[in-house]
Amino acid sequence: MSITAIKAEKMHEPPATEVKSFMKRKHAKRSFEPLLYLSPTIILLLVLMVIPVYLVVQYSFFDNVIITQFPKFVGLRNYLTVLQDPTFQIAIKNTIWFTLGSVVAHLVLGLGFSVLLNSPSLGKFSRSIFRMIYILPWIFTVAIVAILWRMLLDPVGVLNYLLIRLGLIHVGVQWLSSPKTALIAVTVINIWAGYPFYMMSMLAGIQGISKDLYESARVDGASWWQSFFNITLPQLKPIIISMSILDIIWTSQQFAMVWMTTGGGPITSTQMIGIYTYQQAFGRYEFALASTSAVLLLLFSIFLSVIYSRLQRRRD
Amino acid sequence: MRKVQQRARRRQKTLVILALIPGALFAGFPVLWMFSNSFKSNSDIFAYPPKLFSKTFSWSAYSAIFGDSEKVRFFINSYGIAIAVTILTLLVSIPAAYTFSRFEFRFKKTLNGIIISLQGIPPITLMIPYFALIVKLHFYNTYQGLILTYMVFTLPYAIIMLTGYFNTLPRELDEAVKIDGGNAMTALWKVLVPIAIPGIVTVGIYNFMICWNEFLFALTLTKTNEMRTVPVGIQLLMGQHAYKWNEMMAMSALGCLPVLVLFLFFQRYFVGGLTSGSVKA
Repeated sequence: MSITAIKAEKMHEPPATEVKSFMKRKHAKRSFEPLLYLSPTIILLLVLMVIPVYLVVQYSFFDNVIITQFPKFVGLRNYLTVLQDPTFQIAIKNTIWFTLGSVVAHLVLGLGFSVLLNSPSLGKFSRSIFRMIYILPWIFTVAIVAILWRMLLDPVGVLNYLLIRLGLIHVGVQWLSSPKTALIAVTVINIWAGYPFYMMSMLAGIQGISKDLYESARVDGASWWQSFFNITLPQLKPIIISMSILDIIWTSQQFAMVWMTTGGGPITSTQMIGIYTYQQAFGRYEFALASTSAVLLLLFSIFLSVIYSRLQRRRD
Repeated sequence: MRKVQQRARRRQKTLVILALIPGALFAGFPVLWMFSNSFKSNSDIFAYPPKLFSKTFSWSAYSAIFGDSEKVRFFINSYGIAIAVTILTLLVSIPAAYTFSRFEFRFKKTLNGIIISLQGIPPITLMIPYFALIVKLHFYNTYQGLILTYMVFTLPYAIIMLTGYFNTLPRELDEAVKIDGGNAMTALWKVLVPIAIPGIVTVGIYNFMICWNEFLFALTLTKTNEMRTVPVGIQLLMGQHAYKWNEMMAMSALGCLPVLVLFLFFQRYFVGGLTSGSVKA
């Protein structure tokens, strides 16, 4: 975007011969005009973005916010409370595993599927059919993803039936309600729901790689794997890196899917930062502690966003 | 020689398709299972052994949903809010994007940077101050509250994507309008917007999807069932009628219908939009 913006700016520079007074008048009018057109945006974003962020940071330094009229300033005490809370520590640990598992699997599946879908030996018709099927999970609302997988993973559900028939297990596993498997189960659900987004970006990336590169590699006698590791992967590296950072940001904030499948349980086995924040706020009415954990999540997102935009700028 | 080559090609194609099948099952089976269960009777859903196609095919789960005014209300709310947000977002973001694309003004870069970085704020971080603000504005449990909230998430990326789109349209177009004595808004709405329809449609679809999928704020900013949207309604059903799986599947099938239809009709726009903006609806 920024490149085209810069180009457009240059194109529009007024010729130097223009009369000065005319320019002045035009400039005065112009500085008022943009503000007018932008005012609804600025007001909305100020009221609903900037002020809320300010508020949540403020809340995190006070005690008993929202529920009492006059909250007390407590400095960093909320931060100490939250960081020392064993549940929060478990939430961080689970969030890390959940995010790591999801992002790695998204990457592997996204890359693998897009390479397969792009295979030259696939006909046009079968390619579009398979692409359609592979994209399917992406069109599902998170609430539907949750309910669908609760049915599939039910102790007497279809997955357990298939596993028993295949002889892999003897009795139905309570995937979502046993502490041993719940975290794995929600991670698998998240993998299912999230890989198509990667796949589509990678597909676009692969289609952008010049065919000549592969052609000359083949002339040099390179095998399929050699051209995959020496051409496809290096060419996709920028997309892979930026997609992974975005995915880490999104996955670490995950709330709705986990909330609707396990609610953070059993006990704390799928407790995550999003769930912890929600429970502190609307389960225990500890809005100050909830704000604190929300601010910690915000700091993490800002940190990753800065890395992301640095990388984007380098790419441009 | 050619025959050998042809045979090798065919073998490769078979191999690729064989490799694609497990992934297709992973992606497609849950979806197929959802549709098939929405046509079963409730006792058939957990029949042993499970059947993909039951003999008792019926639309009764769907008619149960349509016969229940509370559930119909979830859909009306979801459609109404999503359409309202889509229209309002476009009305606000089109002039904003035009301004970013065509005008030079102070703080342009800063403002643009702020709008981009707003996308990185986690919704859960905004949940608590929103709750406080929306209650204070007397918008708790109202459409206005949800519409305003959703616009905050649709607006930044709508502006970014539309600015990019307007940048690709030649400036001579709006210059011509100004020479004829029209102002910037005439140029925008009479000349640029009609040409920019493909970009506007893409942005509109994403807006709709963001609203349609939203769960957290629909959950925290509404209280009564007549204000709930489809995602929250489905979650409520899970709690209340935990055993009416066929109705829940029918509701899910209806719940993914608008996105499925949009996707089938505008597939080309979808993939293009996905790669140009980093939008995850």
